Amino acid sequence: MKDVSISKWWAGVSDHDVTYSFLHSPVTIVATVATILMFAAAFGASFLTIYTPFDPGSLELREAFMPPAWEQGGNSEHLLGTDGQGRDILAAIMYGTQVSLVVGILSVLLSVSIGIPLGIIAGYYGGWVDTAIMRFADIQLTIPPILIALMIDGITRTTLSSEVHEIVAIPVLIISIGVASWPQYARITRSGAMVERRKDYIAAAKLIQTPTAAIMVRHVLPNVIGPTLIVATIGVAVAIIIEATLSFLGVGIPSTTPSLGTLIRIGNSFLFSGEWWITFFPAFTLVILVLSVNLIGDWLRDTFNPKLR
Amino acid sequence: MANFILYRLFQSAIVMLIVALISFFLFNFVGDPISNMVGQETTVKDMDELRQRLGLNDPVIVQFGRFIVDALQGDFGISYRLQRPVEELIAERMPATLELVFVSAIIAIGLGVAGGLFTGLKRSHWFSKFILTTSLVGISLPTFIIGILLIYIFAVKLNWLPSFGRGEVVDLKGGWSTGLLTVSGWKAIILPSITLALYQTTLILRIIRSELLEVMRTDFIKFARARGLKSRDINYGHALKNTLVPVITVTGLQIGSLIAFSIVTETVFQWPGMGALFIQAVQFADVPVMSAYLILVALFFVVINLIVDLLYFVVDPRLRAEIKN
Repeated sequence: MKDVSISKWWAGVSDHDVTYSFLHSPVTIVATVATILMFAAAFGASFLTIYTPFDPGSLELREAFMPPAWEQGGNSEHLLGTDGQGRDILAAIMYGTQVSLVVGILSVLLSVSIGIPLGIIAGYYGGWVDTAIMRFADIQLTIPPILIALMIDGITRTTLSSEVHEIVAIPVLIISIGVASWPQYARITRSGAMVERRKDYIAAAKLIQTPTAAIMVRHVLPNVIGPTLIVATIGVAVAIIIEATLSFLGVGIPSTTPSLGTLIRIGNSFLFSGEWWITFFPAFTLVILVLSVNLIGDWLRDTFNPKLR
Repeated sequence: MANFILYRLFQSAIVMLIVALISFFLFNFVGDPISNMVGQETTVKDMDELRQRLGLNDPVIVQFGRFIVDALQGDFGISYRLQRPVEELIAERMPATLELVFVSAIIAIGLGVAGGLFTGLKRSHWFSKFILTTSLVGISLPTFIIGILLIYIFAVKLNWLPSFGRGEVVDLKGGWSTGLLTVSGWKAIILPSITLALYQTTLILRIIRSELLEVMRTDFIKFARARGLKSRDINYGHALKNTLVPVITVTGLQIGSLIAFSIVTETVFQWPGMGALFIQAVQFADVPVMSAYLILVALFFVVINLIVDLLYFVVDPRLRAEIKN
């Protein structure tokens, strides 16, 4: 019996419009495979590589500045070469991608969990509540998120001592990026909530005296969350870029637990002396990661919500 | 019209006041300004005297009033790190940033409008598809990676252009130093301005294209064709004119972002501008520089938004008519 239900399920899935659209978009398939591989490499880093590049005890200065394996002087033990302190580049990229992904995803979760409630409240209540929230969002939208994130980071750096700051750098960065990018989610959710609140099922819910909070959470939220989550996918790519930029500027992730941006910053100073691989491979990984996530986000948007295009 | 301008000026003043308030709190309550100004051997008594002299014992509202008055006179205090007046530091570095932003804005608007027109008017041309694909890659590449790539190709490998600095600068009257009068200055600005302009170019290109596609579908364009007007007149006289309002909005906002994004470009190319100053201020918790930069950038944004609003009246006769009634 079980086999039948699985094959039924499979028939349902494979007949579905979404599956059709996915299978007929080779770019999306490639982007999805690339993203899955990068996730696996990032979060499986401790199983997949024998190197622990950021353990101070494992520095091998004799193996410093080793070029990639296929270049002259390269060694197959270090496929993508080593940096100025003999750390394996491939392993550093795997751990770095992990940090970039964690910061990117968590900060988008934070923006979404600020933006969606405020958007629903603004759209559902309307009136001055709406004006107040959206005016604030509009003002914040005119300032680039990277500047807001820099400001928040600067303030925490001022209030905390440098040792404490080093420990809380990642949470601070997640909060900075998260707080800097909530307005766009609030906007999308609000426009959805404004449409929903005029519908009959909301009137019905009010009629049976459902508490307002319950209407918003149980009835409005499920109906407006879709478009927001699709935009959030692209938001992850944006957040990864902001994180990498801040780390590249030297105000993001410290070099004790480097992200891709930090790795690029470290490698950048060796570019002139010809050790291109130290900065090239992290930069390449970052670009592929961002491009793949963007492409998946574009596909999701076009498939589930063509109106947003 | 005058009413509208007054209203917008009032709105801008409120935004500036809010920014000034944030910046004031940053200045006065984030960390202890006194301990940042004095050395370690200063006694408690000296510190109290300094506190009294700087007026830090006054009520907050009095301090805020003084902060505003000082800021209006261009006095932002002394940098903790460099021990020099902040306004001096900023005045020294402002020309570098503004020249970079100016050249980038011209590149972004020029290429963006040209590319947007081409891709919007000749949708199926192979070159349009090429431009659109390239622009997608342009959006996915972080600014600093574009900068590193350009440095590696044109400075390290080909050795055509310098990788850092402004080149030779000429001091003009009024304390403005310009790099735009020397050959080395022009060579130095090429890579940073392209890096800074690329993202904005793609955004302007895409907005013009999508607006053009929208306008080209409207009845008045079909009617213009039916009247047998030349396609050049239709394209530039009717279609382009009607895309201007959203295009001006986006372009205005993007010029504002150029100032903010110059932080990244200036760091990559070691460009001696305000952005580089700001990054150092963040790294060293130099609060007076941070708060002055915040106020200055907010001022740029407010002024640009105001100009954008006024431009609406120039390009859109409907708005003028609406205000008259």
